[in-house]
Amino acid sequence: MEINDLINNTGQWLKGTGEFSNIVMSSRLRLARNLVLKPFPNKARKKDLVEILELIEGVLGAMNYLKGSTLFKIGDLDNVDKQFLIERHLMSHEHATNPDGKALVVSKEEVLSIMINEEDHLRIQVMQSGLNLDEALHIASSIDDALSKKLDFAFSIHWGYLTACPTNTGTAMRGSVMLHLPALVMTKQINKVLAAVSKLSFASRGFYGEGTQASGNFYQISNQVSLGQSETDVIQNINGLIRQIIEQEEQARQALLLQNKLMVEDKIYRSFGILQNAHVISSQETVELLSMLRLGIDLGIIKNVDRGDINELFIMIQPAHLQKIETKKLTAAERDRKRASLIRQKIGGK
Amino acid sequence: MQCDICAKKKATVHLTEIVDEQMSEMHLCEECAREKSSQMEQQFGLADLLAGLGDFSKHVKSPDTTTLQCNNCGMTYDDFRKFGRLGCSQCYEAFKSHLSTLLKKIHGSNHHFGKTPTQIPSSEKKKIESLQDFKNQLLQAIQMEDFEKAAELRDKIRGFEKKSKGKKE
Repeated sequence: MEINDLINNTGQWLKGTGEFSNIVMSSRLRLARNLVLKPFPNKARKKDLVEILELIEGVLGAMNYLKGSTLFKIGDLDNVDKQFLIERHLMSHEHATNPDGKALVVSKEEVLSIMINEEDHLRIQVMQSGLNLDEALHIASSIDDALSKKLDFAFSIHWGYLTACPTNTGTAMRGSVMLHLPALVMTKQINKVLAAVSKLSFASRGFYGEGTQASGNFYQISNQVSLGQSETDVIQNINGLIRQIIEQEEQARQALLLQNKLMVEDKIYRSFGILQNAHVISSQETVELLSMLRLGIDLGIIKNVDRGDINELFIMIQPAHLQKIETKKLTAAERDRKRASLIRQKIGGK
Repeated sequence: MQCDICAKKKATVHLTEIVDEQMSEMHLCEECAREKSSQMEQQFGLADLLAGLGDFSKHVKSPDTTTLQCNNCGMTYDDFRKFGRLGCSQCYEAFKSHLSTLLKKIHGSNHHFGKTPTQIPSSEKKKIESLQDFKNQLLQAIQMEDFEKAAELRDKIRGFEKKSKGKKE
């Protein structure tokens, strides 16, 4: 598989299926692992990093589990490729800087990705459509078990898995759920929800990862605590919290329909109309309009548009994706035109 | 001069960013600058938090952290406080007492519950499993308000932890 092959398919996690997929876009689970006594990437010299990569690469190459997966060395990629992988949620921004000894493994259908020599030696990430952290843990944990038969992981009986940053020590697990919460935003209740989330020691972020603002009414909720609670307990806690937020969003959607049906329908149809007809459109505007269209599909107002197609568009309209599709560099103005034409192609009127 | 982000409004804020020793300049309008600064605040979070948390070491008994150093990777405790990242797995041993307090502050606990690598020697593993088992039983006993049993289990857990600590040191 080459990077260009990814563009013709989309990750399985975008299909818009699975439990609560009307509100939950995707679930992501990440395990961090380090090799015992080897310097963590931030402290390692180039020579160490290359050695660590070779060691891990050898083990991964022999694993049946990863047949059909591809390993990309970050140093071999140009800026657009790197940005493309970030946009696809396969790797972090941090992984794109300083390429020494860094690599990314991507499985078929993009369920699994492994970052090598990011902040920790290994970051195993599994993505699932809808609310499904249990399955994500099952997959990630199987890979972790297989790897730990061949590699000595840094582990202490008292503190669990030892990571570069003490905020990950313990299970070294982070479970995140991406939620689409337009009704809570429209009814101005979202800040109350987010305040409660942070009080319960969970973090919230935007759709486009760490440090990004919420846009398109997407909020990513993840656990902060990794020490003192088992993996399954953490997931149970996240699931409990997510179910409550889903219930709040459902109620807000019903309230909107009851009190402001005409306004909501108008907003949704207008958004659909602009998306179907625009010839120049910015990514910010697109994301806001797609959010409304997705709400329209979830409420049964818009029919004959597939939720999976909309999920896919949230990814495809980003700069590096547009440039990969067009197979050349595009200026911001060219991207705005290409974006509009891509959207028309996907969901344009007849 | 126009704003580098929206390319519409006049740039009134001039920002110099240094990332990986490379300096870049940005010229922004007020609105985009506000957005950028709120993004930066969010990114700032972690190191800032760690630095803040690190202050606890003032109150820890051993006053001199400048000489604390990991003999495996050479990381000093002061470096850790500055950057918020440890240098290798051995650092956890080297900075044990400081990290124990820090981990408790971050996570509300400094004991691991959860999975273990498949490769731990089976004798060690047995120990961990029974320790986990005791911890689970302890939670149950507390929930059932069987405090006599809970006290018994607590002592067993303490004994276990003392033993494994003694072996490590």
